[in-house]
Parts: sequence; C-alpha cells; structure tokens
Amino acid sequence: MKARWALVDLVVLVYALVPVLWIVSLSFKDPSTFTDGSFVPTRWTWANYSGIFRNDDFTRGLINSIGIGLISTFVAILFGTMAAYAVARLTFPGKKVLVGFSLLIAMFPQISLVTPLFQIERGLGLFNTWLGLILPYITFALPLTIYTLSAFFREIPWELEKAAKMDGATPFQAFRQVIAPLAAPGMVTTAILAFITCWNDFLFAISLTSSNAARTAPATISFFTGSSQFEDPTGSISAAAVVITAPIVIFVLFFQRRIVAGLTSGAVKG
Amino acid sequence: MAEIVLDGVTKRYPDGTTAVDRFDLRIADHEFVILVGPSGCGKSTTLNMIAGLEDITEGELRIDGARVNEKAPRDRDIAMVFQSYALYPHMTVRENIAFPLKLAKLAKTEIDAKVEHAADLLDLKPHLDRRPANLSGGQRQRVAMGRAIVRSPKAFLMDEPLSNLDAKLRVQMRTSISRLQKNLGTTTVYVTHDQTEAMTLGDRIVIMRSGLIQQVGAPQELYDHPANLFVAGFIGSPSMNFLPAEVSEGGLRTGIGTIPLGDRVRRAMATRRVPGEVIVGLRPEAFQDAALAGDPGHGGTFTDSVDILESMGSEKLAYFTLESGAAQSEHLAEVARDAGADDVPGVVQIVAQLDPKSAAREGRPMKIWFDSDAVHLFDPKSGSNLTEV
Repeated sequence: MKARWALVDLVVLVYALVPVLWIVSLSFKDPSTFTDGSFVPTRWTWANYSGIFRNDDFTRGLINSIGIGLISTFVAILFGTMAAYAVARLTFPGKKVLVGFSLLIAMFPQISLVTPLFQIERGLGLFNTWLGLILPYITFALPLTIYTLSAFFREIPWELEKAAKMDGATPFQAFRQVIAPLAAPGMVTTAILAFITCWNDFLFAISLTSSNAARTAPATISFFTGSSQFEDPTGSISAAAVVITAPIVIFVLFFQRRIVAGLTSGAVKG
Repeated sequence: MAEIVLDGVTKRYPDGTTAVDRFDLRIADHEFVILVGPSGCGKSTTLNMIAGLEDITEGELRIDGARVNEKAPRDRDIAMVFQSYALYPHMTVRENIAFPLKLAKLAKTEIDAKVEHAADLLDLKPHLDRRPANLSGGQRQRVAMGRAIVRSPKAFLMDEPLSNLDAKLRVQMRTSISRLQKNLGTTTVYVTHDQTEAMTLGDRIVIMRSGLIQQVGAPQELYDHPANLFVAGFIGSPSMNFLPAEVSEGGLRTGIGTIPLGDRVRRAMATRRVPGEVIVGLRPEAFQDAALAGDPGHGGTFTDSVDILESMGSEKLAYFTLESGAAQSEHLAEVARDAGADDVPGVVQIVAQLDPKSAAREGRPMKIWFDSDAVHLFDPKSGSNLTEV
C-alpha cells in the first residue's frame, strides 16, 4: 500500500516539477547547447544570469514588481481588514450586496477590463505609472482579502470584544489591542496571498505600461531580445524566470501551513 | 459602590419582539441581586442593558442617581464576568487582569500592586505568567473574576459565570463568589438559570418570564410565598407538586383524596373570587411518612405504592404516580419545558420528602400524611396564587 502511494506521489511530483527543472536547466545552459536535447546542461554557465543584470531593465522590473506588490498588498490589507471586520461583525443595510459585488469582482474576467482600463488610465494620466498598476491590483486583491479575513474574524468570539468594552476600551482600542492581535496570523496569510497575486500578474503589467518606469518583472521578461537578431533570448528568459520564481517558492515553502490555513479557513468552522 | 435603578426599562427589537417589558427594580448599594428565569426570559438582555452592551428602547437606567442610558460601557464604570469568561488568549493572566487598568492609564507601579492584590485574593499568584489556554476551568473563572474586581468598579455584572464548571467546582466557586462579594461589598447583579444558585447566592431574587418580572424577593420569601404558578414551579428542588382540584364544601377534591381547608386557606379564599377548578400546590416537605408524622391535627393521608425511592442520606425522596390527570396550565408547561421534563400527559408524579427513618420501600404501598396548612391554591388561568394576599 505504502509503495503504491509512493509511486503516485512520484508521478505527480515529476509531472509538476519537470517543467520547472527544465527552466532551471535551460538557465544554466550555454546558448550553443540549447538544442542538444540533454536535460542536464552539458556545459554549465552563469552567463545567462549575468546577462540579464548587464543593463538595468530587469533590475528596474524587479524594483517595480516589489514596490507595486508591497504597496498594493499593504493598502488591500488595510481596507480589507476594515471591510472584513464589518462583514463579519456588523449588520448593516447592503451587506449582502457588498459581499456579492466583491465576489463578482473576483470572478470578473480581467481580459475584458484591459481595453477600458487602458483608455481610462491614458485619459487620467495614470498610464505607465506605479499608481496605474496599484489601483487595479488593489481592486482584484480586495475580494480575496475580505473573504479570507472575514473568515478569520468570525472565528474570534464576540464576547472578547464585549469584555474589552466593559474593561474600558473604545471600539478602536478593542480592535487594536484585542481583535487585531488575534487576527494577525490571518492577516499575514492574506498578505502573502495578495502579494503573490500581484507578483504573478502579467496581463495588466503588459497592457498598462510602456516603459520600465512601471513595467514589472514578468512583463520585462517578455521584452527580452538577444544582443543581435540572430541570438536567441531563451537563456535570459529562463534565468529571469528562475529569479522571479525562486522568492515565491521559498516564501510558500516557509509559510506553507499558514497559506493552507488561509485558503481553507471558514471551510470547516464557518 | 452604587445604587442601580431600572425605571420602566424596555427592550424591543426592530422586528417588534419585546425582550424585556417595563422592568422596574431598585438595586441598593452593596446588594447582591439575582436575575433568574428560563432561557429566553430576558434576563441576559436586562444585564446587557445595564452593562451598556445593548441599547435601552424605553425607560431609564440610573446609576447613583445619574441617567446612563446613552453612556458607553466604558463610561459606566461597571465590570462584567462572562459565561465564556472571555479571557484574552494572547495575553498572560497578569496582562489580562491588568488590561482594564492599562486602559485607564494608571501608573505601572500602581497597576502591579493592584494586580498582585487581586491575584492574592483569588489565589492566582502562581499562575500570573501563564496564558489562559494553559489554565483549568476553575482558574480561568478566577482570572475573569480578577479582571472584574481589580479596578474596584461601581458594580459587578455576572452572566452565568459558573455554568461552564463541573458540578463540584460550581458549588465551591459559589461560596467563594458569595464570600468575595460580602468582603468587597460591591453591588452585584448576577444572571443564572439555575434556581439553586439563585437561592444560595442572592440577597434578593428577581424571577423573570417572557420579559416580565414575575416576583422580586428574598429567597425564603419566594419559596414560602410564591406569587404565581410559575414562581412556585421554578423555585425549589425537587419542585412543588401540582394537582388539579375541585373546590367543594368539605375541602379540595384531588387525586390524593379530599384536602381539608385550613384556617389560613379559608381566610385567603374569603377575600377573593375562587374558581371552581383550582390547582393545588404542595412542597415535597409537606408530606411525611404517616407512621412517623403522628397526628398534628391538620392534614390528611393517602395510600399509594412507592414508584421510586431515592435515599439521600439526610432524607428520602419517594415518587408516586397518580392516574388522575395532571394539572393543566400554560404556566406550568413552561416550567416543565425549561426543566426538560415534558411529562407523560395524564400522569401526575408526586414527590414526597420523607424522614430518613421512614420504612418506605420501592414497589410497596405506604401511607403518606400531608400538611393541609402548607397548601397553595392557584388559579389555572391567570396562574396567580389564591392563598397569598
């Protein structure tokens, strides 16, 4: 029985990891050996990695990605926390509509928004700016944060807040000193999920930017060219792909438990 | 230390249901008042209104003479102990107890001194640096008490603080709460659904039902002089026996024979119109083994076989089943529902509290004497006690 499971595990792992390993392998191959069909590079080289950092296009892309991702995540968590708290704790007119709308946004096909967003952002002067990407990223990260966080808030007993009020806390003090510390694990999880969503985005990044002023790393990679028209940029693209994937992989491995908790919270005890 | 006055306090929800209806009560300084009643009677809502956790729809709440209806909980200077204890799980016991003082912006040295004092009082010293998750139920309960007493508030509100403890610990904590309240002398309002807790703890008991006060009084007063069927059935354990009865010249015709009317009952009946059908109430201790009772002159006897005999050591409880049909009244039905004992219809069970020396045996018929002076008569419709003036 154990052996059979091990076999299934192995098949799944190979299926999932071969493309990843292939990219890693490609990124270490000398350009002349790309087509040799060998899975393990025959001639190892760091040239692809040093190549992508030779000019500052990719570095700019990374800075843009990190900056835009962090700001979007921070703002989404800030508003998401408040909204989730309201959704979990208060009854107010239009609550169902609000929750429904945020679900709608999460389901909305992003491709259909690209053209209108492009026009709007050009009209407002937001095109090719950090803000031009931060705004749509917040919009799409908010439903996720509201959903995950409200599940976390619902698990915190209401009596704790009442107790804090009786102990002399203002509503904000009760939130700040009792509820927020208890919801902190949930906030960290949600922040990680939101950041990954922003980090991975390609569609908006490619459509709403035109120079490295705001172009994020995934979009930058698509503009890679060889140093001459006869040179294939495959090596650089692979190296860059490894560079932007590695932090996420490390992150996810490190916070694995948290992320799973975030995705399933509320599933069992709603 | 404070006097709390509820003046026609009413809670009505937006959907029109009235949870508490014109609640009038003056709670004196230092007093220990119990709100008791079946679930859904409005006792917790009343407590939450005093706390400020729920709005008051109508009426006025005064603490030390000042209207506090519109004041936030933190401006009322009242501490509350919750049923779930509501300890802050991310804080140590020390931080939990210090929390209200920290919010009040007291000096660090003063906070430490007060926390130590409270911990001393509640025997929590060795646990101050532990987290609530690592404490036993009784210890958690004491931490919740500590958080309430540490800032010497005007009043304590307690919402079923003992219901999460096991039976033995509950009895123990009951006496320590009682002692603590006597020592501190702080006005206390205590909510419970357990009539034993109510009887043993309170200076005064307020019995509630469907948002209305049924009776207010000292425990013994409620026991001896219940105002209506509901109070009579709710207070006392084992509870009062109820029998349907017909009023006739010779006395009250019931399933256990005709009960002669004593002077007290006769006098009370003379002052009001008594319906032909009434409900007779007799406490279990109004019965006695006829062999041991002698003949005090007032009373009667009946003979029936003992269904079940419970020997408690200090007394024996004998259960009899009468086939005569149970007393029918919505007032009793509610008590039964609350006790979880919707009895088999058409059967009356009588509980008699006998002397331990009684020779009663299960399945054997025995002669039981009952005290006809201890009889209460109730109007089945209104539920009111016809023998109380």
